[in-house]
Amino acid sequence: MNAFLDALGRVPPLLASHVLLSAAALLLALVIAAPLAVVASRRPNVARVALGFASLIQTIPSLALLALFFPLLLSLSALVGGGIPALGFLPSLLALTLYALLPLLRNGVAGLAGIDPAVTEAADAVGMTPAQKLRLVEAPLAAPVAIAGLRTAAVWTIGAATLSTTVGQPSLGDLIFAGLQTQSWALVLAGCFASAGLALAVDAAIGLVERGIARRRRGLWIAGLALLAIGTSAATAPLWPRGEGKVVTVGAKNFAEQYILARLIGSRLEKAGYTVRYRDGLGSAVIFGAVASGDVDVYVDYAGTIWTNEMKRTDVPARGPMLAAMAQWTKGRDVTLLGALGFENAYAFAMKAPGAIRTLDDLAAASPRLRLGSDLEFLERPEWAAVKAAYPMRFAAATPYSPTFMYQALASGRVDVISAFSSDGRIAADGLTVLTDPRRAIPGYDAILLLSPGRAGDARFAAALKPLVGRIDVEAMRAANYQVDRETDKRTPEQAAKWLSAKVGR
Amino acid sequence: MPAPSVTFDGVSKRYGSTAAVDAVSLTIEAGSFVALVGRSGSGKSTLLKTINRLVEPSTGRVLIDDADVATGPAAALRRRIGYVFQHIGLFPHMSVAENIAIGPRIAGDAAPDVARLLDLVELPREVASRDPAALSGGQRQRVGIARALAPGAKLLLMDEAFGALDPLTRDALGRRLRDLHDELGLTTILVTHDMAEALLLATRVVVMDSGRVVADETPHALLAGSGGEQAQALVAVPREQAQRIAAL
Repeated sequence: MNAFLDALGRVPPLLASHVLLSAAALLLALVIAAPLAVVASRRPNVARVALGFASLIQTIPSLALLALFFPLLLSLSALVGGGIPALGFLPSLLALTLYALLPLLRNGVAGLAGIDPAVTEAADAVGMTPAQKLRLVEAPLAAPVAIAGLRTAAVWTIGAATLSTTVGQPSLGDLIFAGLQTQSWALVLAGCFASAGLALAVDAAIGLVERGIARRRRGLWIAGLALLAIGTSAATAPLWPRGEGKVVTVGAKNFAEQYILARLIGSRLEKAGYTVRYRDGLGSAVIFGAVASGDVDVYVDYAGTIWTNEMKRTDVPARGPMLAAMAQWTKGRDVTLLGALGFENAYAFAMKAPGAIRTLDDLAAASPRLRLGSDLEFLERPEWAAVKAAYPMRFAAATPYSPTFMYQALASGRVDVISAFSSDGRIAADGLTVLTDPRRAIPGYDAILLLSPGRAGDARFAAALKPLVGRIDVEAMRAANYQVDRETDKRTPEQAAKWLSAKVGR
Repeated sequence: MPAPSVTFDGVSKRYGSTAAVDAVSLTIEAGSFVALVGRSGSGKSTLLKTINRLVEPSTGRVLIDDADVATGPAAALRRRIGYVFQHIGLFPHMSVAENIAIGPRIAGDAAPDVARLLDLVELPREVASRDPAALSGGQRQRVGIARALAPGAKLLLMDEAFGALDPLTRDALGRRLRDLHDELGLTTILVTHDMAEALLLATRVVVMDSGRVVADETPHALLAGSGGEQAQALVAVPREQAQRIAAL
């Protein structure tokens, strides 16, 4: 129960972003759908095309729709010479707006089509101009059906907005995704309750407006609108600008170590006088773009990821030369390498019952009899291609899991070998054997601090984080990770970060 | 404002290859009460609607007091013409009073005297605050007439306006309409398929068939046998009914 109350404490700022995003998407969709519905009700061809398009959008899973806006906006930004953010608010807004169009359009058109033809003929005959007819007759008569569509759209949008976490827009989804990763069900529940409660409240308020208009009770619909306005401003209050210090954003990918390090970084920055926001749950490709564009000010990445994904290198040098080459590479770019934290989090093949298998060579030989479990990205990554090139492997099956479930799959015997992470506390705790890499196919994965262009020249910022460089050894990181990942006596990432901070000292 | 005259000058309305109205030329004098009679599909409603441009003629002109109705915006034209039709089309989201006042309201004129208009159509004044849905069919059509008269229109177009009413209501409303025509000094054009109604109310009966005018007579002349075969076929119906009733 305590964990749930703690989790609820994280709700207000996320709720604020969630409400802002949902309200903006609904308003934008309304601005598009209302005139389109009017035109469509007059021209059947427009109706066919508009409704067909909106239905098509609806068949795309909302998560995929959000993801598709990333490359779309990236290329659009490149086309106009940069400046369009491909992450965060904009792609979320666009995807949710498109998603909300169908119910708005469909009910708008249906509402207008449902008006008695005698009434519209009378409107013409008494001498209404088309604008008067729309305002005095068509809009009020179509309103109840159209507003029912708005209710549907609002509930969908508020639900789908939880997915905007994945493209770097803070939302109540942050709680759900983080909770899923760290198996902290209190977080998941808090996110679900807040999101569902918001949807129900908005639905009820719009329902009040709907009833007020249908029954021609002015007081009722004004009360509904007032509730919506007050609710929106109250919920977004945490986002209002106050005379606070500089706001910086700390990014994190979607696993416990990243959450812990983000809180560790955040607490240092808060001590240095910054106001800190977190963006959790970003994908590897997304987060590097986010720091380059300044959407995220600082985050921890891993040398090998940058080496292969961003620098497109296939050779595998030792840790030291690799970091030096990387520092050189970032010099001409938007991203600044502040330093390495001291530990590695490399891909490491781990087994529970290795038998005679000790190396990746052994694993390759035995692979046709074995099943591989990987994280969600690994099978698509260049590292996997490099491993397969060096060690010709053909597993009987290869299944991607979210990291937490990957370890459970190994423990339960559903897979025989996993693509583990070397800094994961569960390797030691579960008694797993890490296979060696004699051909050096997997590059080094030193954890490194990357800064956005806006922070590159910020001496106070660098001074706050410099003490972390080289101070976190792999044992400390494993222990901190395990506090969050283990099944019993779980700690929150904040608690683990505090523990780690004490360990680091300084 | 005196009652206007209406002139059709070679008016045709074609839908594809069929002519709903076929080269009609006709003058309706100021202050007259003209019935346009004919069977379903004879083109009488279409011809009527060319006056307030609910139908735009394919060829020909319609003049009100020598002014072509096609000049100027349709909305401004319609605000000067009262139009009442079978389906009434009261605005369901407005009260009776709001319905009656709609014409002056959209024209930006002063609100009309709703109570007097309700008196004119013989409705109790307390219906003003009611919803149209709370009224009977006959009461609704009375509101429709009041709405048409509210802007002070002197030209009243009635398109099968009594078609959906029961005979008693229909008779009472017809008489009331005739009285209003005389009291207010209107030009009234009544489209109906009921020859008896036309004979009893109108000062002049125009019979249409297949988009053309086939007879144009006074009620007396029609009853005396003028107007030709098609007109007489229509006159024969109520006459025979009356004889059969008398013979019972």
